[in-house]
Amino acid sequence: MNNSQNIIARSATTTTPPQVRSHVEEVAKLIDVSKCIGCKACQVACMEWNDLRDDVGECHGTYDNPTDLTANSWTVMRFSEHESDDGNLEWLIRKDGCMHCAEPGCLAACPAPGAIVQYANGIVDFDSEHCIGCGYCITGCPFDIPRISPKDQKSYKCTLCSDRVNAGMEPACVKTCPTNCIEFGTKEDMLARAEKRVGDLQARGFRDAGIYDPAGVGGTHVMYVLHHANDPNRYSGLPKDPRISPLVGAWKGVTKPIMSAIIGITAFAGVIHYMTKGPKEEPEDDPGHDDAPAHTLGYDATRRDAGARGEGEDSAGDRPKGEER
Amino acid sequence: MTNHWVDIRNANLIIVMGGNAAEAHPVGFRWVTEAIEHNNAELITIDPRFTRTSAVAQDRAFIRTGTDIAFLGGLISYLIETDQIQREYVLHYTDAALIVRDGYGFEDGLFSGYDEATRSYDKQSWMYEMGDDGFVRRDESLEDPRCVYQLLRAHYARYTPETVSSITGIPVETIQRIWRKIAATAVPDRTMTFCYALGWTQHSIGSQIVRVAAMVQLLLGNMGMPGGGVNALRGHSNIQGLTDLGLLSQLLPGYLTLANAKEQDYAAYIDKRTKQPTVEGQVSYWKNYEKFHVSLMKSWFGSAATERNQWCFDWLPKLERPLYDVLDTFERMSKGELNGYFCQGFNPLASFPDRAKITRALSSLKYLVVMDPLNTETSEFWKHYGEYNDVDSSAIDTEVFRLPTCCFAEDEGSIVNSARWLQWHWAAAPPPGDARPDIRIMAELFLRLKRLYQEEGGVFPEPILNLTWDYDIADEPRPSELAREYNGRALEDLVDDEGNITRRAGEQLSGFGELTADGRTAAGCWIFTGCWTEDGNQMARRDNSDPYGTGNTLGWAWAWPANRRILYNRASADVQGRPWGANKAFIWWDSEQGQWTGADVPDFPTTSPPSQGQMPFIMQPEGVGHLFAGQSMVDGPFPEHYEPFESPVPQNLLHPGNSRARANPAARIFDDDREALGKPEDFPHAATTYRLTEHFHFWTKHARLNAVVQPEQFVEIGEALAEEIGVAAGDWVKVSSNRGFIRAVAVVTKRLRPMQIGDRQVHHVGIPLHWGFTGVAKKGYLVNALTPFVGDANTQTPEYKSFTVRVEKA
Repeated sequence: MNNSQNIIARSATTTTPPQVRSHVEEVAKLIDVSKCIGCKACQVACMEWNDLRDDVGECHGTYDNPTDLTANSWTVMRFSEHESDDGNLEWLIRKDGCMHCAEPGCLAACPAPGAIVQYANGIVDFDSEHCIGCGYCITGCPFDIPRISPKDQKSYKCTLCSDRVNAGMEPACVKTCPTNCIEFGTKEDMLARAEKRVGDLQARGFRDAGIYDPAGVGGTHVMYVLHHANDPNRYSGLPKDPRISPLVGAWKGVTKPIMSAIIGITAFAGVIHYMTKGPKEEPEDDPGHDDAPAHTLGYDATRRDAGARGEGEDSAGDRPKGEER
Repeated sequence: MTNHWVDIRNANLIIVMGGNAAEAHPVGFRWVTEAIEHNNAELITIDPRFTRTSAVAQDRAFIRTGTDIAFLGGLISYLIETDQIQREYVLHYTDAALIVRDGYGFEDGLFSGYDEATRSYDKQSWMYEMGDDGFVRRDESLEDPRCVYQLLRAHYARYTPETVSSITGIPVETIQRIWRKIAATAVPDRTMTFCYALGWTQHSIGSQIVRVAAMVQLLLGNMGMPGGGVNALRGHSNIQGLTDLGLLSQLLPGYLTLANAKEQDYAAYIDKRTKQPTVEGQVSYWKNYEKFHVSLMKSWFGSAATERNQWCFDWLPKLERPLYDVLDTFERMSKGELNGYFCQGFNPLASFPDRAKITRALSSLKYLVVMDPLNTETSEFWKHYGEYNDVDSSAIDTEVFRLPTCCFAEDEGSIVNSARWLQWHWAAAPPPGDARPDIRIMAELFLRLKRLYQEEGGVFPEPILNLTWDYDIADEPRPSELAREYNGRALEDLVDDEGNITRRAGEQLSGFGELTADGRTAAGCWIFTGCWTEDGNQMARRDNSDPYGTGNTLGWAWAWPANRRILYNRASADVQGRPWGANKAFIWWDSEQGQWTGADVPDFPTTSPPSQGQMPFIMQPEGVGHLFAGQSMVDGPFPEHYEPFESPVPQNLLHPGNSRARANPAARIFDDDREALGKPEDFPHAATTYRLTEHFHFWTKHARLNAVVQPEQFVEIGEALAEEIGVAAGDWVKVSSNRGFIRAVAVVTKRLRPMQIGDRQVHHVGIPLHWGFTGVAKKGYLVNALTPFVGDANTQTPEYKSFTVRVEKA
């Protein structure tokens, strides 16, 4: 698990993270909202790369679909129509998903050792194998991003394609974006790009154009260029000054040992329950395991490949194998 | 496209009108964003809706559907009256100075020569006046009242900003602001590009909308220029290839034309199409028509085509009616005049207008063959799907055969993109199940037919029995074999004037300049000659080097004609052969080398010096761009605004007293279909159908991921209309025309606003088209239940973009 050498923070863990590596640069994804056409190619690329298949839903009277993040939709486009006082209409389209905070509230809140990790390049990743499904990461997240799967009671969100990035590639959404409104690189380079874009927007009359890289969470590794950085809320409720919920601080300082004990007991009870009653769901409902024999080659290849790249957190077992590639 | 996708980045102003490039062409749209970011360009959308393209545009206007000629005609008047034209360009490179015959006129909405009984024009008066020297008369001062420039000026003088505003619904100040921005590209160092799609073509005046845009570009000097042009963004990846290869009913490959029933004489057929220069010294490239035609006949019929049998001219079908287009075909099918129908890669039940009529027509067939990779609605037109397909199966006797075909990624071949690039692609995966390439199905069909003729005889067997079929495996021709055949080869040794052999018999040709009219060459599509030469498959090239930094990558794939990327590119230089502006340098005359050179393959005789006076529009007999379309259009030499056949406005505000000039007087409409038109009092709202970026036509509802991101049918209505009918976002509505109805979820939006047209308020209803009763998305209604069965006067492209509906809470 070579990438474990890159872990700089690990949920509910007191051991010191590895520190030998010194040349890992922080990365960032830059989303230039002023260039986004809302085509949802990023949504599709995300589902393709991560082998996710959300349900075919319904139209609820907007272009948004799926209408919210789910355990199978790690990014969604949010459309909002904004009419200014002088009648000028804007259709603001924002790609929503994990912001990969420098100070991740989810990780701080997580009671399950190693279920959430932060890498030296800034990516905040969920290691679902260790997730206990408590949902504290949702409480901890100032952007309301993680979602618990009703299928396995584990929490999911954008990994910033940590598997691709670790292999020197850009995230799938960046690769597919037709207008280059999503870019990827070192955080330093992305900030420089963003400055340039902001300058262009300001020259075109958007006086309040700016970069969204909120300090309240220590900055983020997913940043936006906004035409109206003074009013991020206009972009489907992007928080102006996101901060980690005070509940998380309280949890960490005072209640953590108690809560950990309770959760430990609960988890232990769960294990006993599992040993005596078996798994909660019918095995055939879980294509991740049931279909594996029929796809032995693909399964093994994925494992071997992942092993070679040292991506233990890219747990092949979490991937639905029933879908055709 | 006259230009190409990458070239959009060279534009200073991008007008997206009659299209929604971000929605329907998101990948190509990257070059628009490049122009905005790196060329400081401005993007303006002119559309009934605030679209995804509008979302990233710097300026926008909201225009009533079907009124684009009013907006652009008014622009022409504005450019002329304020003298914001590229005068040197207009004088030399257009027909502005040419004199028109005395008989031409325009009165009360009708051009001279109109015959109401046949709804057509006699175009005799729409011609230039010929001088005693046999060439067109001209007036360099542009002051003669009969010169094209003055006729143009007079024609559009009626299109004042106020009149344009009352027709289009765009406020006068918005009109003038956008006209000013467009006029600013009349200078040599700034160019504007028009990007359009089916929002211009799918009207009863569609061809004339495209033409008026071309006229604007000629006046501004933006034709043949990098970052300029009139650019059709094609809706299917290979639809350009369809027209190139002559799949329209009146065409042969390479835009050669079929004879009509009166043209039984070969020499007269050729003579009519062999265009000699009408201005002294001009190129008039169609003078080579017979070379292309004979090479085609040699490609089809080989040694059976001889000079003695006039290259098998008698074997070609002759058209008894002007067009055998889809509307005409389904009209006849609905009258029981057709027995069988082959439907290849086409879903007419979903795609053609007036679905009820299509159902009647298909039900009257004895057999229907559907060749498609997918389970299309057409192939199940006979099956009851509740309200989605409410038919009585027991009353339909049509026998349906389904032949599963490959998807594009399961076969190799070339695709011609909007930019006329032929790009070779390779199979990514084998086809599933029994699916076969279309070529193989057609080959087997042909061979079986041939065998029947051989064994049993039949009427007129010659074309079938003599068709060349020299493929390695007879029932499985390879795409590479077909491509080599389109390119063409020498059948005998070719020699130059001095008797030197320039091409050995059997060798592939390198360009259409080698074609001959004496049977020594064969070429299946002359404009493709050069795509597969002795140097191999030029379409498979992937060299993206760009030596001039113009985005013109001549080593990437291959473009027709002759690998030229920007048509009329000689016009990027002035009369002396110098670039109009240093920043727009593209093709210029190199006097030391004695030839034209630059970033592109010159669209011009390479060694013809500027002093020789040949003009850039080499396909026209006059050598210049046509502001006055004397013979090419059936419905007028100047575009004129007419209302859609179904319009919420009862009169054409330009001709309020003349009901004959309300809608296009030269557009064909069948009697039953005229009866089926709705009246504004019953169907008061303007409606338009369109695509969404999440889907491709009726295909991708069969794909899970597309269905996930846009699962269910909806229509878009403005907040004002929603309030009027008591509907909130997410409610179901019923949308009806005089021909049928659909039900869908309402998307209530600020992006559609009511427009004031004369004394009435007009609401637009936006109707995305992707849903149907097959596939994995939520089932939906075929939206062409609503659309009228009438098409453009020139092309018969149906008027999907302008019709009228009523919306009510479902």
